[in-house]
Amino acid sequence: MLKWITFAPLIGALLCGFLGKKLGEKFVSLVACGSVAVSMVLAFFAFFTKLLPLPEGQRVVTEHFFTWIEVGTFRADFAYLLDPLSGTYILFITGVGLLIHIYATGYMHGDEGFYRFFAYLNLFMFMMLTLVLGDNLLLLFVGWEGVGLCSYLLIGYYIERQEAGDAAKKAFIVNRIGDFGYSIGVMVAFTTFTSVSFVDKTIGGKLIPSLLTQAAEKPVEAVGAFGIMTAIALLLFVGACGKSAQVPLFVWLPDAMAGPTPVSALIHAATMVTAGVYLTARCSAIFTRSQTALLIVAVVGAFTAMFAATIGIAQNDIKKVLAYSTVSQLGYMFLACGVGAFTAGIFHVMTHAFFKALLFLGAGSVIHGMHEEQDIRRMGGLKKYMPWTFKTMMVGWLAISGVPLLSGFFSKDEILWQTWSSTALPTGLTKTLWFLALATALLTAVYMTRLMVLTFWGKERFDVAKDEGHHKTEHHEGEHHAIHPHESPKVMWIPLVVLAVLSIVGGYVGVSAAWGGSNAIEHFLSPVIAKAAPMIDTAHGAAAATASHAAEAAEAHHDVTTERIFTGISVVVAFLGIFLGWTMFTAQPLRKMPSLLENKYYVDEIYDAAIVNPILGTSRNFLWRILDVKIIDGAINGIAHLFGETGSTMRFLQTGFARSYAAIMLVGAIVLILYFTFR
Amino acid sequence: MSSSIITITTFFPTVGAIVIMLYSIIQLRRGKSREEIRPHYRWIAFIVSMITFVFSLGLLLGFDSSKSEAQLVTKLSWIQELGVYYHVGVDGISLWLVLLTTFMVPGAVMASWTFLKRVHELMIFILILETGMIGVFVSLDLFLFYLFWEIVLIPMYFLIGIYGGENRIYAAIKFVVYTVVGSLLMLVAIIALYYLNTQATGVTTFDLVEITNNIASGKLVIARNFQWWMWLAFALAFFIKVPLWPFHTWLPDAHTEAPTGASVLLAGVLLKMGTYGLMRFNLPLFPEVSYQAAPWVMLLAVIGIVYGALVAMVQPDMKKLVAYSSVSHLGFIVLGIFAFTSQSMQGALYQMLNHGISTGALFLCVGILYDRRHTRDIDEFGGVAQRMPRYSTMFLITAMSSLGLPLLNGFVGEFLILLGTFSSTVPGAKWFSVIGGIGVVLSAVYLLWMIQRVLFGRITKHENEELDHLSIRERFSLLPPVAMAVLMGVTPMLFLKASFNSVDSVRAIVESQSSRAAK
Repeated sequence: MLKWITFAPLIGALLCGFLGKKLGEKFVSLVACGSVAVSMVLAFFAFFTKLLPLPEGQRVVTEHFFTWIEVGTFRADFAYLLDPLSGTYILFITGVGLLIHIYATGYMHGDEGFYRFFAYLNLFMFMMLTLVLGDNLLLLFVGWEGVGLCSYLLIGYYIERQEAGDAAKKAFIVNRIGDFGYSIGVMVAFTTFTSVSFVDKTIGGKLIPSLLTQAAEKPVEAVGAFGIMTAIALLLFVGACGKSAQVPLFVWLPDAMAGPTPVSALIHAATMVTAGVYLTARCSAIFTRSQTALLIVAVVGAFTAMFAATIGIAQNDIKKVLAYSTVSQLGYMFLACGVGAFTAGIFHVMTHAFFKALLFLGAGSVIHGMHEEQDIRRMGGLKKYMPWTFKTMMVGWLAISGVPLLSGFFSKDEILWQTWSSTALPTGLTKTLWFLALATALLTAVYMTRLMVLTFWGKERFDVAKDEGHHKTEHHEGEHHAIHPHESPKVMWIPLVVLAVLSIVGGYVGVSAAWGGSNAIEHFLSPVIAKAAPMIDTAHGAAAATASHAAEAAEAHHDVTTERIFTGISVVVAFLGIFLGWTMFTAQPLRKMPSLLENKYYVDEIYDAAIVNPILGTSRNFLWRILDVKIIDGAINGIAHLFGETGSTMRFLQTGFARSYAAIMLVGAIVLILYFTFR
Repeated sequence: MSSSIITITTFFPTVGAIVIMLYSIIQLRRGKSREEIRPHYRWIAFIVSMITFVFSLGLLLGFDSSKSEAQLVTKLSWIQELGVYYHVGVDGISLWLVLLTTFMVPGAVMASWTFLKRVHELMIFILILETGMIGVFVSLDLFLFYLFWEIVLIPMYFLIGIYGGENRIYAAIKFVVYTVVGSLLMLVAIIALYYLNTQATGVTTFDLVEITNNIASGKLVIARNFQWWMWLAFALAFFIKVPLWPFHTWLPDAHTEAPTGASVLLAGVLLKMGTYGLMRFNLPLFPEVSYQAAPWVMLLAVIGIVYGALVAMVQPDMKKLVAYSSVSHLGFIVLGIFAFTSQSMQGALYQMLNHGISTGALFLCVGILYDRRHTRDIDEFGGVAQRMPRYSTMFLITAMSSLGLPLLNGFVGEFLILLGTFSSTVPGAKWFSVIGGIGVVLSAVYLLWMIQRVLFGRITKHENEELDHLSIRERFSLLPPVAMAVLMGVTPMLFLKASFNSVDSVRAIVESQSSRAAK
């Protein structure tokens, strides 16, 4: 059954791709949405009838399909694993995926490549589901690169646009850099454990315990130690940084917005980009064995969260704001993982999927209604034209800002609290990270409020002169008449309503005990998530730390009153951010933003100058034109030339005249005679 | 039947070549014009190559994967005084290379369809080339092997020299001289080996199986010093053929000048003769030396991987780009061979097939554009996808298979090579594996950059506004390799299983000697 969850969209992709052009939009819509619907129904069915009835702690459903690669002691199967972690993922992937598919049938209506679009989108669903259901690191990697391929195809969907092609290529290559780390991580893991599988496997007649079981038995490597577990964890994390757009590999995600908006919602917000978090959580047994790795994950996460939020505040393209917001929110998720609160990270993945998909689809609806306008400086006052889009986006806005009782509030608050109370990292550090995360929460509320104010409130600015160098899509050049915004069709706003509902209620699966909840999601996930060992002061005490100690330590720290106070702080911060954003941008919507932020800290320019151009220059001007052509080939031709020269110099000996041969023979004979006579 | 199937597969193309020759003589005598019978040559060649492919499938049927030694063997005395035998057979290594050859030739014939001058000779050259290539892979006699090795040169020389681009003579001579220098050294080593074997055992024979067994059983012991020289002589011939950095400079020239069909065979099959030779001769004949030389060979291999990729990245000419990418990809194969682990060597063998299919298909793709525009400059294109959507899809899949996307063939080979190299005991292997991994990143850079500049974006050159769609012939030449790339990526075990034992027996020989060499 698990395989049909993934194969349904694959079949859909093939049907759309091969027959879609002939059979038209209706057929494609039906097949594409239908296949994802089948997949979703099966996913829910598997989750509730196969997984949940199993006793806690033994919730594992496996399905072997075929052995993909088996050479020597290496084995990677095409086999699926359903457990609480992958179960949670498939539910929201198929659920959000279906909504976005439906929305896209409206959004892409009339597009020339309609069939192509849905073929890619369905293929993406297959790859994403394979990624989370794969029972080993290599099959996970299949999905991992597969979603990268679909992302590449969909970012570059408008093939005639230069910037779309550039962005697609950039996304693929930056991800490849991450994947370089990932594949080396797999190799180190294989040489360490002779297993790359998440479940026990028989290889060559021997039962090899899963990589995670083996990892859990390794001693914890303390902060500052760089042992084998640190190496594996960090290498995998390099891959996660690529896919989940963390510093320094985040640069592809904002550009990826060149793709159609449903793609941004599905791939570049709700699902694919959270694959890195999934990987980290899946391999929590490895990450928790290395405090160095956890520390780096937490710091990178918190830094990315802050860094991207500051950029987001100064962007004017509605999708770019949301893109940086996504980078920032992904930072939160990694922060959670880094402080050992993997379940909080996954919880945020889920709520983020709801509200960020909602915000992106809302943005798509705005863009649609504004006839492809994306610059929020030229919007304003849209709430009366697009009531449904406005209302639903408002939910998304409040949810991401952390307004109490909405989904984002619960998950973000959980991360903040876990950061503060974490015992996995040095205390000074956790407090600093907490502060960073809190400041990010403030910024988040500010930039989201700015986005909403500029789009929906205030005066209509549709005809404001376009400033120089402003991003503008090709086919709208020369369109000077006033824009008449309109609400999007039903097929687009109904998914928005569903997502809005999910953004409101989605958080209640994770209400913490301090607020009378049972934190169901943490409870549900915890059997498959390893616990971080408490901080070790000396490198020598590493072996002493065990999971049970961690639990005790966590108990001691769990102080209900403190937790409530901290929740209070984050609520205050959320409202403060909204208030600040509101007052600043209703008064002066087009206020000048710092140019350093507007230009994204010039990161792209720095990468070009420091990495891309030197490599290209050296390759072209030295490796190729000098080393290859002049030196290596030159030497070869030189040798050939030398033989040629020698040949032609010697040629006078072979004149073809019998008399000169006779003369030479005579000379030779005389020399010989003289030699033998006088020796 | 079963024992003569190899002979039939090997020589059927030659029979076809003779048929074409006779046909042309007879038809011209009967007063038919050249134009009239030109298509017939193509069809005869195509049908012959297809039948050869069907014959080669017979090898697969008769093959027993549980054995490691050569199978379907024919051994006939040929020159008794010298101990030369007509000895052919396939093991798990050569089996797939024979199939690769017979699989690629029909595509090469189809790619040569549009030539108008000297068509019957063109087809004859391709068919003779096929016999030579298969012969190299099935020979189990050193003399016979050398014969086929050199036979391959002749048709390829003419293919480049007659049907090539502007600089074809230079490229053809460079190709031949380069290769001959290497193979002459190999000839010396073969004779030396023959002589030493006769001296040690008293049996005059060129039989490879016998000599290999004598070395393994200790009947034939060669002084370490002398082994080194012989290893080098063999290795140099193969390194040039591969080509391993820095012996690669003939390749870009040969490829840019060669016609599409010849490029397909050159990249698809001829280069594998080098890597096959390393696996078949250097490793089992001189295991100790191979182990000792491994770090140095691997060093050259990773230099080639990174260097080839970097230089490929900045090529303005599509064919040169693919040619340098071959330098990079073949580096992976050599790396895998000299890491001596089952994963790396299986991966290397698999990558030989993958590279043949993917790069062969890449050359077909470039050739299709060349036929339309008579240029291969990347800058001359852009927006091709809008005119030729099917072609672009195929091109993209081919590029993806070449850059090692999972579920396509290239990934399995590259990953196994890097994984196996990483766990190898050869000094420095871990680092070589990591550096090799950089090549994987770079392959995405140069291929996607080319794809983007050629297929995507706006149409900037008005000549590209009227590009023709793929013809039926072109579609059928591209479809098999693309389908094979998918099949080999999804179900690699179908292919890997047959070669397990043979590859592992080579590995075991080196392993048993490596402890001795380490001292």
